[in-house]
Amino acid sequence: MSLSLQEVKRVAWLARIEITDVEAQAVQGHLNGIFQLIGQMLSVETEGVAPMAHAQDLVQRLREDEVTEADQRALLQSIAPQVEGGLYLVPQVME
Amino acid sequence: MLNATLKQLSLDLARKRISSVELTQLHLDRIARFDPALNAFITVDRERSLAQAQIADKRIAAGTMQPLTGIPVAHKDIFCAKGWLTTCGSKMLANFVSPYDAHVVERLNAAGAVILGKTNMDEFAMGSSTETSFWGPVKNPWDRARVPGGSSGGSAVAVAARLAPVAIGTDTGGSIRQPAALSGICGIKPTYGVVSRYGMIAFASSLDQGGPMAKCAEDLALMLNVMAGFDARDSTSLARPAEDYTQALEAPLQGLRIGVPKEYFSAGLGADVAVAVEAALAQFEKLGAKRVSISLPNTGLSVPAYYVIAPAEASSNLSRFDGVRYGYRAPEYTDLLDMYRKSRAQGFGAEVKRRILIGTYVLSHGYYDAYYLKAQKIRRLIARDFTEAYQQCDLIMGPTSPSVAFEVGAKASDPVQMYLNDIYTVAANLAGLPAMSIPCGFGEGGMPVGLQVVGNYFSEAQMLNAAHQYQRATDWHRRRPAGVD
Repeated sequence: MSLSLQEVKRVAWLARIEITDVEAQAVQGHLNGIFQLIGQMLSVETEGVAPMAHAQDLVQRLREDEVTEADQRALLQSIAPQVEGGLYLVPQVME
Repeated sequence: MLNATLKQLSLDLARKRISSVELTQLHLDRIARFDPALNAFITVDRERSLAQAQIADKRIAAGTMQPLTGIPVAHKDIFCAKGWLTTCGSKMLANFVSPYDAHVVERLNAAGAVILGKTNMDEFAMGSSTETSFWGPVKNPWDRARVPGGSSGGSAVAVAARLAPVAIGTDTGGSIRQPAALSGICGIKPTYGVVSRYGMIAFASSLDQGGPMAKCAEDLALMLNVMAGFDARDSTSLARPAEDYTQALEAPLQGLRIGVPKEYFSAGLGADVAVAVEAALAQFEKLGAKRVSISLPNTGLSVPAYYVIAPAEASSNLSRFDGVRYGYRAPEYTDLLDMYRKSRAQGFGAEVKRRILIGTYVLSHGYYDAYYLKAQKIRRLIARDFTEAYQQCDLIMGPTSPSVAFEVGAKASDPVQMYLNDIYTVAANLAGLPAMSIPCGFGEGGMPVGLQVVGNYFSEAQMLNAAHQYQRATDWHRRRPAGVD
């Protein structure tokens, strides 16, 4: 299979990565090479094989519903790109 | 001093032949002298390291030292360490000073080890050559025109060039073992779940595992004793009784069954690597081990399945880098979506973006079953290959990498060639098995060759035992590159 330039741009949109036409063309070549490699597994018979999501078949651990974290807001926000009044600032999204 | 094992260093510290401050200073001086040409470190902070060494010295004086107290350890820049710049080799985190410690860092600190610095790595651990770092490529001390392997290339070179007595790395598809092999040192990726992933910047969560990188198997065992352990903050951390990984080191290898997979010796394996690995297997036979021919029939599918699963998980994990709470934010943008897209376009390098795009595609509507689910089924087949093989053998051995270290730039423009370099290493991650690499000779251009040892689940002590016995009978692990004396 191979990805069209349009598909490359759509995936970049979904991934929230800006991409120029020139970049998309270069990426298209690389991705198609990689999907050719990945394609080797597509014809393998896997009927009845249970998908393996994890290295160990684990059961999700539960814990008591208790507060475990101390308030570190000031420390954690000290490394944010833009903060005001204890809030993370981003461009306005609502009128 | 530079070739001393951790045990010897610890004894020297205990007997006050050297202080932790002196030992740390010695290595900081070596970094200042040799690292400008090697680029193994991203961050060195003399004051911070020496302050930790002073505390270690007080502890030694007070008689409360533990095996790693006072030992300087180089940390891959993927481990969050409080107050340390932690960049993961990326422009995205170029200004990220971690507000907390990773579990592994907490444990090493509690043991009295000294953080010697943060080592260079492929951006977000995505690579097999340490060329994709925002901070520039790392050079192999055996031949500076060559790569050290990756992604933990900085940690591998720090140990190989004796800039650090020991280091820590992470392994998602071979990132501890392959650089260990290509740089002539030892490294072990434990069974998935043995070392907590808390504070280890996530790449592919179902595959990532931290581990030590060192000069010998005994050092790995001492490090693993501290690094391993349950941590409630990692939902996949395993609650197991503490294990002393040094306990079985001296056991004889009489009767050990070594499985040699025929698929690891087929086309694609360099003749020089094959010769060194064969010689190592013969040495194990001399030590009393028995060689058993085995088959891992789905080996060829491991790279295709890995390059679906790892990018899929990466695309999800790396969605957190959006320029809002920490990390890089583009200087100019029109609206929120534009801010995300520009911050991510400018903050990530080409290889990281490539993997995010692959992952986004295989998880997108209409392709999930065909790619991601298919890869998970193949993953099961690969894990089953090992389960069946371990009915005939105790450990599996073969090459770590198909070739010795290649030249800087040789594969940088062809991702598929770079990915195929992981052919022998990714299966252990997919199956969650422990795997290690130890030096076993030299190949083309006098470059080191690594022997890979893959164990059954939780057999780290047995693997370290085998490696230690091999290292008692050989001296490959004691060789070091010229030009760093």
